[in-house]
Amino acid sequence: MSETHHAIDAIWRIEQAKLIAGLTRFTRDIGQAEELAQEALLTALEQWPKSGIPEKPGAWLMAAAKNRAIDRIRKAKLAETKHAEIGRARDAEQEEALQELEAALDDPVGDDLLRLIFISCHPVLTSDARTALTLRLIGGLTTDEIARAYLQTEATVAQRIVRAKRTLADRKVPFELPRGAELMARRDSVIEVLYLIFNEGYSATNGEDWMRPQLCEEALRLSRILAGLMPGEAEVHGLVALMEIQASRLHARTGPDGEPILLLEQNRALWDQLLIRRGLAALAQAEALTSAPGRYGIQAAIAACHARAARAADTDWNRIAALYDLLAAREDSPVVELNRAVAHSMKSGPQTGLDLLDALLGEEALKAYYLLPSVRGDFLVKLGRHAEAETEFRRAAALTQNARERSLLLQRADACRQS
Amino acid sequence: MRVMVIVKANKETEAGVMPSTELLAAMGNYNEELVKAGIMLAGDGLHPSSKGKRVKFTKAQPKVTDGPFAETKELIAGFWMWKVKSMEQAVEWVKRCPMAEGDELEIRQVFEAEDFGEAFTPELRAQEERLLAEAQKLTRA
Repeated sequence: MSETHHAIDAIWRIEQAKLIAGLTRFTRDIGQAEELAQEALLTALEQWPKSGIPEKPGAWLMAAAKNRAIDRIRKAKLAETKHAEIGRARDAEQEEALQELEAALDDPVGDDLLRLIFISCHPVLTSDARTALTLRLIGGLTTDEIARAYLQTEATVAQRIVRAKRTLADRKVPFELPRGAELMARRDSVIEVLYLIFNEGYSATNGEDWMRPQLCEEALRLSRILAGLMPGEAEVHGLVALMEIQASRLHARTGPDGEPILLLEQNRALWDQLLIRRGLAALAQAEALTSAPGRYGIQAAIAACHARAARAADTDWNRIAALYDLLAAREDSPVVELNRAVAHSMKSGPQTGLDLLDALLGEEALKAYYLLPSVRGDFLVKLGRHAEAETEFRRAAALTQNARERSLLLQRADACRQS
Repeated sequence: MRVMVIVKANKETEAGVMPSTELLAAMGNYNEELVKAGIMLAGDGLHPSSKGKRVKFTKAQPKVTDGPFAETKELIAGFWMWKVKSMEQAVEWVKRCPMAEGDELEIRQVFEAEDFGEAFTPELRAQEERLLAEAQKLTRA
């Protein structure tokens, strides 16, 4: 690639989402907006190597896309004039549309971007489609990049995106921000999608692919954008705080051979202090906005407790246990209960943890969840009940999908037998 | 990758001349764009070097010199930290910065822990961890 092409690539990544957002407002059709933006990019690729990069490349691209849009309207109009019966009304409508386009393209784009985020995360779409569309339209990732990140074929992802766009068009999803209760519901969907994307990158420590940690970065970047666009939303700041703090541990989460390192065993010198500071600041903002944090706000507060502890031994388990109580009261999730049991065991001893855990034993959702017997085994070891612990570790080893995890669990089981 | 964007000092910044309202407004808008692009991590301006100190390491005791310092071009008046996809992207963002004629910005990539490779041994890491722990205790106290 020439230097100009590198520059065009960079400019495209910066401008793409705003461009598509602005064009969607006019065309009311994401698919068409994306095509227009792509055509503008092609024009730039043709002209900029010869003419040099314009002073305001974003405005240039927008103008080029606008001209394309007007061309299309004219052609459509021309085609219609050929039919015998076109009314004057139709003409006026087109004129209006043109004027609307002019106005739309001169407007600041912040709100458009927010609307585009809300459309990409619309509940009429499946969760897979929402993440793919968000990465494509807001993150500016290529279909190929998304496919690599999700370990799927490019064709699958491309199809998913096409279908998503068609669904939005068929259902006539309006390009506007919902209000009131619906805004809350949709905001939650947006947050969920961003967190899904983040987790896809974060939990995939086994993936060799460069794209997966980059998904974390992308989700974090998109969440920062969201917080910039919705500064009054506590839960959005909570989401940002949670991601910043979790991302601060990215370099400490795996050992030299890629083996996972648990939170309490991580080398805290490898935690990114800048991201921690940002996370704590975002959390403070969330807390200033509400006294009743949502699930992301609470999780961020828990993450912050770990981030504030210089050594694992300094961890404020009283506060973490209290926060898990709060989260459990909201969530009714067995996984939260499991974490709550761990927090309480750290606060009040393994027997307390074991009691909380035993209340979960009948839980259907946890039947095949290896962490339940694994954590239970851990408590039993601490209580000196080695024989029972061994059984639990072997059960956990049989349940886990991860080979590394399995060998670790079997080692612990063997250690129980010997003691 | 992370980059630091360094704002070079000039006669005005060294003289402690405050920017005009217009420039502050333009800079505010620019910062807002950076935030809305989700790439800005941090950023601050620095007081003139007349309020700064330099510590030169010699064979004997380190020698402390008070500011102001000469060589205006090599002084720093402020910085940003950004998280960007590429150096090209950083350049494109820098080009949009509202600076006056003659002003200069410099972009430098930030080292990540893994960039240090083998030289950053487990012992060194452990030491850094211990020091960090102590430092954090102090800041919290």
